[in-house]
Amino acid sequence: QKVSVEVLDHLEHLALVDFRDLEGVERLQKAIQFADQLHEVNTDGVEPMDSVLEDRWCLYLRADDVTEGNCTKDLLENAREKVEEYFVAPPGNIPLLKLEERDTFLQGS
Amino acid sequence: AALKDGLRSQVSAALKEGRVTPTELCQRCLALIKSTKFLNAYITVAEETALKQAEESEERYKRGQPLGILDGIPIAVKDNFNTAGIETTCASNMLKGYISPYNATVVQKLLDQGAVLLGKTNLDEFAMGSGSTDGVFGPVRNPWSYSKQYKEKSVPKSHSEDEESNWVITGGSSGGSAAAVSSFTCFAALGSDTGGSTRNPAAHCGVVGLKPTYGLISRHGLIPLVNSMDVPGILTRCVDDAAVLLGSLAGHDPKDSTTIQDDFKPFELPNLTDVSKLSIGIPKEYHAPGLSSEILALWSKAADLFKNAGAKVVEVSLPHTRYSIVCYHVLCTAEVASNMARFDGLEYGHRSDKKESTESMYAATRREGFNDVVRGRILSGNYFLLKQNYEKYFVKAQKVRRLIVNDFVKVFRSGVDILLTPTTLSDAAPYTEFIQEDNRTRSAQDDILTQAANMAGLPAINVPTALSERGLPVGLQFIGRSFEEKQLLTVAKWFEKQIQFPMIQLEEVKRHDNGVFQHQKSASFS
Repeated sequence: QKVSVEVLDHLEHLALVDFRDLEGVERLQKAIQFADQLHEVNTDGVEPMDSVLEDRWCLYLRADDVTEGNCTKDLLENAREKVEEYFVAPPGNIPLLKLEERDTFLQGS
Repeated sequence: AALKDGLRSQVSAALKEGRVTPTELCQRCLALIKSTKFLNAYITVAEETALKQAEESEERYKRGQPLGILDGIPIAVKDNFNTAGIETTCASNMLKGYISPYNATVVQKLLDQGAVLLGKTNLDEFAMGSGSTDGVFGPVRNPWSYSKQYKEKSVPKSHSEDEESNWVITGGSSGGSAAAVSSFTCFAALGSDTGGSTRNPAAHCGVVGLKPTYGLISRHGLIPLVNSMDVPGILTRCVDDAAVLLGSLAGHDPKDSTTIQDDFKPFELPNLTDVSKLSIGIPKEYHAPGLSSEILALWSKAADLFKNAGAKVVEVSLPHTRYSIVCYHVLCTAEVASNMARFDGLEYGHRSDKKESTESMYAATRREGFNDVVRGRILSGNYFLLKQNYEKYFVKAQKVRRLIVNDFVKVFRSGVDILLTPTTLSDAAPYTEFIQEDNRTRSAQDDILTQAANMAGLPAINVPTALSERGLPVGLQFIGRSFEEKQLLTVAKWFEKQIQFPMIQLEEVKRHDNGVFQHQKSASFS
């Protein structure tokens, strides 16, 4: 089954990355086809594995001691737009334009 | 003490005895980098800082107080490791101009031991690929393309065709690092390995490529691809050197909570002479479709080598091998989708000029910054993570992962110590041929023999084995038990000694040849 335009549009919204062209969409189709082979494997009763280190429990909470910091200057160094100690962002809470209004390959699909 | 020095001869001893100075070594390497620029192995050459480090090292040798075996040794680092004050690009427009504010832990460890950082090596963009052909700085050329051995075997198709169109790929994604080590511009290099990215180019470039156990070496500062599989990789010209690097890098890092807390004791590799107590497993599923008859024959010969030396060689089965690459594909794209979300242009990296909203700015930044391969993986990953697909694909893949891991556990429990497999399906392809297929297809084909080790977190190493009919290197892979690097490397070293892989005969290196390079050419610094 082909992926619907609604799902493709949804993916562009979620990923904030565009398909660019037909090749991009076909790439996804092929990826899904490839992944479908997983369903040939019987996984009844098998627990999903998050980490190969699950038997050696690495994750621990360290003591709440401040051991580093004061690196504001370093952190701001690589930002293109900043004001005093703030990273400057365009206005938020504005959703990405809808499919019909957006400049995307998916338009008119 | 004298016996120890005898075993670890060559460069390190030469430095200690003053037969060569760190500055000389550094200068020779820098000069060779310049004359091998056509390989495109380096993205950034940190000439000034390298010379400064070399001078400081020289002072320490003069005082008779070198920091250790790595003091003064020129090394290269893949450009997806953060290096303070030096541009780190991941071969992507997204990070062009990004100057790291800190050193990755592994980089810091090398510098703390006096290693000289020559520069950052080229790779596939964000380490996604198996050819080192898909970065914004162009593809890396395999030094063996320019070797006497390859040139002798290649028949030009027409008189107008020259070596310009004939060159072969390095493999990837750590192609720059592999090429750098292979062409003698450094003594060792750091790569990364998520699906085979250190072992694959090691095989194609005729160098040793070690993928350590997941959790042994810190990933802090390694720009992540797949958090549950990434490891820093080690590329050297011989197994002994890989052991030295491992010794200086392994161990718990409080900044990486996925490193195990056990104490790591660096080791020297024994010179194994008796392999009769060893049990070598040959997984039959690694006789994968597309495996060249040449490599199949070499694999067989290697198995016989062990058998004739008295080792127990048994055929074993890892039944889920063929699903490994599918599983990897899903888990990798899912983790990539998550890891790449940090690139939005706000705090670092490329930023688009779009100002209407954060979302439109992020979208435009990512549109401008990422290449097709990266965008493709992000979109696939997001698809597999959609609510309606989560169980069907992501969780399913996690279950299949457990089955793959269990395959290995079963085999190692049955008494097998080490697995012996091919590393790649064939020798290096010519660039013009390689780019006929897209990145995803190539990766799926080329990773097939290497990525199960990443799935299971096991240590694995490529040992250069022989030259193919085309005069190009072919390697074989050893896979060991978790955290049993000493055994793995001991066996690899024994094998390396039996086969005596030929040295690359490069015109460029001959030109710079003098006493100093004799040390380099004798392959090891340890």
